[in-house]
Amino acid sequence: MKQQLTVAVSGLNNTDNPGPGIPVIRALRDWKGNDIRIIGISYDNLEPGLFMRDLVDKSYSVPFPSGGTENLMLRLQYIHEIEKIDFIFPNFDAELFTFMKIAPELEKMGIKTFLPTADQFEERHKYRLSEFGEKYGLSVPLSITIGSISEVPAALNNFEYPVVVKGKFYDAYIAYNLEQVYSYFHKIQAKWGLPIILQQFVYGNEYNVVALGDGKGNTIGAVPMRKQYITDKGKAWAGITIDEPRLIEMTHKLIAANKWRGGMELELIKDKNGTLYIVEINPRFPAWVYLAVASGQNMPAAAIQLAFGEKVAAFENYDIGKLFVRYSWDNIVTLSEFQQISTLGEL
Amino acid sequence: MQLRIKGNIAVSESGFVFDPSTGDSYSINPIGVEIIQLMKQTLSEKAIVDAIVERYQTEPQTVEKDLYDFCNLLVKHQLADRI
Repeated sequence: MKQQLTVAVSGLNNTDNPGPGIPVIRALRDWKGNDIRIIGISYDNLEPGLFMRDLVDKSYSVPFPSGGTENLMLRLQYIHEIEKIDFIFPNFDAELFTFMKIAPELEKMGIKTFLPTADQFEERHKYRLSEFGEKYGLSVPLSITIGSISEVPAALNNFEYPVVVKGKFYDAYIAYNLEQVYSYFHKIQAKWGLPIILQQFVYGNEYNVVALGDGKGNTIGAVPMRKQYITDKGKAWAGITIDEPRLIEMTHKLIAANKWRGGMELELIKDKNGTLYIVEINPRFPAWVYLAVASGQNMPAAAIQLAFGEKVAAFENYDIGKLFVRYSWDNIVTLSEFQQISTLGEL
Repeated sequence: MQLRIKGNIAVSESGFVFDPSTGDSYSINPIGVEIIQLMKQTLSEKAIVDAIVERYQTEPQTVEKDLYDFCNLLVKHQLADRI
């Protein structure tokens, strides 16, 4: 791997529902300092990361993946001609499948990625979680995927309230009665489409694990965290690394079984009997990944090293009891900067 | 009731208690810190009561009752095990 790298990163939406882009960039800066050129990839002209010029060297707007892979490829080719990208870090759930699809073409262009395979990506979907748990011997709460509102009453016969109503990619609401289930169904359908997932609510403490799999069944890194402060969107605003060996064991078991390639986040709940349930598997690093970096496991850097075929030893330790506390900051932006990204699509 | 503070529980001199397996943290007062330190020496309940009574010149019944409540709290929050 060459000394000076150019890495394109998406997920610059460092908002109250933050994407992992900026934390990933911080991790890469910690690793390489100024020996890395960061190219921001944005879908919206007000993504805060666009204007964090000390972290992002140059940014480009790109079309939404839903607009077709052709348009996205054309735009990436244009950016690559200028920037000579070595590696792309896609960070949005909704764009991952597209990037997985175009990864061979990117590779031919000289751009590396480190993503799960299509099978790995598909089988951990929220709407296939029950199947996933059964296949790998992991506890998951009962989940039923529904494709139309008429299926709701029959599906609800399998649950006790409260029930979690979830969107395919994002959003989850806790419903305490039928009316609320209908209301959240419509709300999520309008935003993210179908299917909708109904999941048994599990009372208990929520834990998260950020991990990196090498694609051969080895866990390169795994750091568990407990959310300490949660926003009204359910996002962690503060969290602390914890020492719970069962969470690490579960992560190793999962990665060994499905040979996960790339970053991932496990969301788990420990019920009052101490049983750990996997409630979600996110196929990318989470927005709190920098906590793992600060605790001794720079997984984003390791992902790039793995993509370049370098031997990466698995991280064995991390600092326990280390916290992150987010804050908001009014970054002042000039009109000319905003104009540049809005009209030229580059900044 | 004799208790053993779980081995991984961190207790600072200022009374900050951290359970690394759950991420929970608590604040306890100076007497609570003292009691936990005595528990870590595996002293019996009676020995702990005697030590506190002697140090603070108070009624054993009051200390016994408060120690009982405190021990129940430690067990409830899974910071200690009954032995």
